[in-house]
Amino acid sequence: MRIAIVDERAARASIIEEGLAQLDGCEIFVLGERKGLLARIEEIAPDIVLIDLGNPSRDVLEEYFAVSRALARPIAMFVDEADDQTIGASIDAGVSAYVVDGLHASRIRAVVDLAVKRFNAFARLQADLAEAKGKLAERETVDRAKRILMDSKGITEPEAYGELRRKAMQSSKRIVEIAEAVVTAHELIGR
Amino acid sequence: MSEKLTIGFLPLVDACLPILAREHGFAEEEGLTLDFLRDVSWATVLDRLLYGHSDAAHMLAPLAIATTLGRNRPPQPLSAPFVLGLNGNAISLRNDLAERIAPGAGLGDPREIGGRLAVEGREWLARGARARFGVVARYSRPSYMLRYWLAACGIRPDRDVDIVTVHPPFVADALASGEIHGACVGEPWNSVCVDRGVGAIVLATAQIWLRGVEKVLALREPVLEDRRPAIEALIRAMRKAGRHFVEPANWEVNAAILARPEYLDGNADLILRSISDRLVLRQGGEPVHYSDFMFQYREAANFPWVSQAEWLYSQMVRWEGLPCSAADAQAAARVFRPDVYRSALKGTGDILPGANSQVEGSLRQLLPATAQQGEMLWAKNGFFDGMVFDPDDIPGYLEKLP
Repeated sequence: MRIAIVDERAARASIIEEGLAQLDGCEIFVLGERKGLLARIEEIAPDIVLIDLGNPSRDVLEEYFAVSRALARPIAMFVDEADDQTIGASIDAGVSAYVVDGLHASRIRAVVDLAVKRFNAFARLQADLAEAKGKLAERETVDRAKRILMDSKGITEPEAYGELRRKAMQSSKRIVEIAEAVVTAHELIGR
Repeated sequence: MSEKLTIGFLPLVDACLPILAREHGFAEEEGLTLDFLRDVSWATVLDRLLYGHSDAAHMLAPLAIATTLGRNRPPQPLSAPFVLGLNGNAISLRNDLAERIAPGAGLGDPREIGGRLAVEGREWLARGARARFGVVARYSRPSYMLRYWLAACGIRPDRDVDIVTVHPPFVADALASGEIHGACVGEPWNSVCVDRGVGAIVLATAQIWLRGVEKVLALREPVLEDRRPAIEALIRAMRKAGRHFVEPANWEVNAAILARPEYLDGNADLILRSISDRLVLRQGGEPVHYSDFMFQYREAANFPWVSQAEWLYSQMVRWEGLPCSAADAQAAARVFRPDVYRSALKGTGDILPGANSQVEGSLRQLLPATAQQGEMLWAKNGFFDGMVFDPDDIPGYLEKLP
């Protein structure tokens, strides 16, 4: 079975590719370039095409499948009784699949289920990374605010942190929000 | 208690009515909270609608019909109780080609430009070259308008010229690189081509068919039945948004809202051009006023004429080379739901036409018409070649077309 993965995000494409490599008898092709996409698809003649929902080439691909003269042209997968859950999960995960008619349902399901797992794993990685970045930025802001208070009021670091905390509790805000206010105020009027 | 509706859309100016219904509080007045889901392809807007990520979507009218008929996916019945706008597309050509076949300062005459394009096209064919045009999607009005115009001018699409799908934000690049010679696309993408100096606007699609349906609000049929009161409330809110949209005093503020990152994420000045029907046709040129460019409100523009769904079906048959089927024509007609539109606006004093269907292309001037409610004039609805579409005889109509 020949599987084409159309994804402009190289990191995600390789995570999916790695997951699908577990399946027996599958040849996997990753298409990351927008240019020449249809010619590559034609050349590969895939049984299954996986493409992320955010890919701007989807309408171009749909047009190609609609008018392609090829005998075995893939069509969009769609909810029917049997595949309701599989396809619903794939749309939720952000991936759409086009499959050649007549392909065995259990084989399609195996591929799509794996792709969905990998898509979700990638999304979790991204979320973790964004969270870690956010936390780091927050810590830097609090550190800067502490330094400003220490310099301007001649207090120690624990005292400066204590002031930020007290103000946060009084105004039911997060410490980082108070720290941001201190930093902004300092930038505007301090030196 | 406010009811929530999630609406899928593509970043185009004609997604304006639901957006402005939220931003100006018209949705809230009707007890609705609107959320939006922006995507970059029609296929994804459609998938999200079919799988319930969105309750309703900004959608190409022909795509709603194709989906109901199972042309692109196994069939799923969609309903369109509200037209989001008429017209709003234009045909842009590469500068060199535009200079040769559309030399005047304003928008040209579709027959004259088409005639010159036919001559040029034959020269290209003799050299073994073919012109290529981009459209946004297969099942779209830009595609049908471009095809209608070319065919009426003696240029057979798919035989004499190629028509390919190009993602709208890439149209300017495709013109610049020579990948395509022209495109038929919605705003702001023609203005982007002009602004970048890679193309010129030569025709508005309203010049080809004066009052044709463009995007619709589409829903899955069962969702429309389940959430009928909320959808009718949305229709009322969007009519109010339309009244606000066409008021010149509001143009600038509405252009600024639509330009925001969460909506079109674009240039407010370019968006203002289509809102105000004042397009700059060539880089550095003066704006040209063409009052029919976009039609979002007046002349009952949002009313889903069943005859327009049937016209779109006739074009689907025409360009796919499939036989015309009475059952399919009926299914296509049922996608448009004037009954829902009427029931939403009954008692509001808003205009409601007296009929659900009309002979398209028959009116060359404004005429008083019978209305169920309010006073209305029949809109001029002509095709540029003078053809008339009688929805009761689709096969007869198709025989008369080139």
